[in-house]
Amino acid sequence: MKTTLPEQELMEKGHMACLGCGGALAMRYLLKALGKNSMFAIPACCWAVIPGVFPYSCMDVPLQYVAFEATGAAISGMEAALKAKGKKEGVTVVGWAGDGGTLDIGIQALSGAVERGHDVKYVCYDNEAYMNTGIQRSSATPRGAWTTTTPVGKTRFWKQTNKKNIVEIMAAHDIPYTCTASVAYPEDLIKKAEKMKDIEGPCYMHIYAPCPTGWKYPPEKTIELSRLATETCIFPIYEVTYGKYKINKDIREEKKKPVLEYLKTQGRFRKLDEETVQSLQLYVDSEWNKLKRKVECFGEDK
Amino acid sequence: MKMVLSGNASAAYGAKLARAEVISAYPITPQTKIVEKIADLIANGEFETEFVKVESEHSAMAAAVSASLVGARTFTATSSQGLLLMHEVLHWASASRTPIVMVNINRAVAPPWSVWADQTDTIAQRDTGWMQFYCESCQEVVDTMLILYKVAEDKDVMMPAMLSEDAFLLSHTSEIVDMPEQAEVDEFLGKFEPEQRLDVENPMSFGSLSMPHQYYYEFRYKMAEAMETAREKILDAEREFEKRFGRSYGGLLDLYRCDDAEIVLIAAGSMSSTIRVAVDEMREKGKKIGLARLRVFRPFPIKELRELAKGAKMIGVLDRSFCFGYEGAFFTEVKSALYDMENRPLVKGYVVGIGGRDVTLDVIHDVINDCMVTKDTKDEPFKWIGLKGGEQ
Amino acid sequence: MSDEHEIEYKGYKDLPLSPIATGKSLVFKTGGWRTMRPVIDLEKCKKCGICWKYCPDLSILIVDEYPKVDLDYCKGCGICANECPFDAIVMVEEST
Repeated sequence: MKTTLPEQELMEKGHMACLGCGGALAMRYLLKALGKNSMFAIPACCWAVIPGVFPYSCMDVPLQYVAFEATGAAISGMEAALKAKGKKEGVTVVGWAGDGGTLDIGIQALSGAVERGHDVKYVCYDNEAYMNTGIQRSSATPRGAWTTTTPVGKTRFWKQTNKKNIVEIMAAHDIPYTCTASVAYPEDLIKKAEKMKDIEGPCYMHIYAPCPTGWKYPPEKTIELSRLATETCIFPIYEVTYGKYKINKDIREEKKKPVLEYLKTQGRFRKLDEETVQSLQLYVDSEWNKLKRKVECFGEDK
Repeated sequence: MKMVLSGNASAAYGAKLARAEVISAYPITPQTKIVEKIADLIANGEFETEFVKVESEHSAMAAAVSASLVGARTFTATSSQGLLLMHEVLHWASASRTPIVMVNINRAVAPPWSVWADQTDTIAQRDTGWMQFYCESCQEVVDTMLILYKVAEDKDVMMPAMLSEDAFLLSHTSEIVDMPEQAEVDEFLGKFEPEQRLDVENPMSFGSLSMPHQYYYEFRYKMAEAMETAREKILDAEREFEKRFGRSYGGLLDLYRCDDAEIVLIAAGSMSSTIRVAVDEMREKGKKIGLARLRVFRPFPIKELRELAKGAKMIGVLDRSFCFGYEGAFFTEVKSALYDMENRPLVKGYVVGIGGRDVTLDVIHDVINDCMVTKDTKDEPFKWIGLKGGEQ
Repeated sequence: MSDEHEIEYKGYKDLPLSPIATGKSLVFKTGGWRTMRPVIDLEKCKKCGICWKYCPDLSILIVDEYPKVDLDYCKGCGICANECPFDAIVMVEEST
């Protein structure tokens, strides 16, 4: 059989993720890239329960469950301790958190960790809401989405603000490497994870991880949906290496799909009116153009 | 070797002697001199440690817990607001069974803003599963830090420990400290090498979800058991410390002239020194007063208190904090420890020094006089001494 | 690393120091969650590896170069069937 990914698995079957979970796939791919010499800190999020109940775990690497806001601090402590014990060489310290634990409650510790320059890798799997607690909105929830704290109701109470751009926030910290990745493109994800592993210093990866339960779509569409997110330019795949921008999945203008195609696939966008859809299209276009301009100004050949 | 050190500097040197491998701390008055001193020692090549200059106290404790789980001997320090901010992670530290040692400078909590001595911050952490020691002198700070690592890292204990110094009264007061010899300390403590740790050679998951029917309940019981074991381990460590370094602090309850005392005052922290002077003055006048200094608050010295209570007719408990809706914490716990006794002494509570209000010799004499007057007839369970606008 | 062995603790005396999990999740046979099951037509299969690649539950095994569903763990999400470029996988009702 043709395998375009490393065959080793460092994750076991029998985990508790929902059917079609993007987060489960994201971890599977990351572990393939990073290998067994990885040490994880995982805060409150779906992945705090996916591995299973004590005394069982699906992870074949050492892992500490930490308090919700503490991921950035935990990986800083792990890295410092490994250095103190002379055991840091060849070990990758990873903070693995959901969007809530990264963009909201965890942003301070994350910012602190990367600002201090620890040799740690922070990976956020973004399912665009507080899914583990039952689909409440986070700052990563896209505008227009239904969540339990932004129910549509009679007043069109869906999420009013755009997704917080944590990727650019991380790039603005001047860290060696910041990137986005998607479960639709595991080869790209793995290549980037391997790149992070070889860099000494803080790195950030933001993985698009669809959630059938929270986004209200049939589980078999997870990969299809992920592809669509990139093909509509809603979730661009790009990287910033020492300040140099590069788009990894360039979507040419003629191939670019309208956002409506993406929004139609998920129940969380079901009640959107035409005006909002148009506004979202304009927003996505503007953000995509902004990114292309950044490549023009700060591309690899500049 | 003798040095003149402030309470804060003593904490820094304690960490250095203990060879703390990871220090994660955030500055807060009046603890700042601890982290500054540590930074100086590192910068001058005198202290080899990883100092993580975290961006908040919550992160300080979180980083400390992770570092400890990797197997590093860990130290942190804070005060007041910082300790309160750490609260969530204090629970995480004890339930993860990480033998972290922390120095806390007892400072009042806001609002109003205050930087002065008050024990509210540590009292508010009494349920977190941390051992709690209150120190009276700079020498005691250095010595206790070493004793705490010894006890905390004992494989039958493995619980974190905090040591308190009063804001400014001890943290910024310099005293002569006889520094233990490094080689002797190394022999006393050994290295911290926990068997179960975060290790790529032996992958395990720390802190998984555990159900009501199994085994959350049992894990908590194990913590309770460890705290009980700590009682004896503290005495063992102090005995060994005395043999090696020649100093002792009287165990969990430090008794001063209590043998035939009719009235005993119970207090913790720097006010104990003032009380010693008052006790001596009263003794000159032929009054049988004693001091039982609460050196260890967790685990609570139940046995020692009951022993003390056999002789005393009255116990006056001084709290430098207050549990709103009830009374001072030391007061409540002393009474509760004596509840089962056949013949109990009278116990009265005194609230003093909150927000850094000076606990002077006069204040102590007020307390003693009140004890003498209410010895036979109890008028009110507790009183706030020196309240402006109050009766006295 | 694979070990389906169940870990039994009697009580507080034999528990580890804190909730330290050393067992493997393999004890949970998530195949029991299924309502739909993937069926692979090996005639149509071109061994492209896409189904193996996209399974969130690591339930596509590689047996003699061909994919085989691990029915003990497959939750029946349908990603493999949806992604197969050669329509070699169909989802059928679990009861059939």
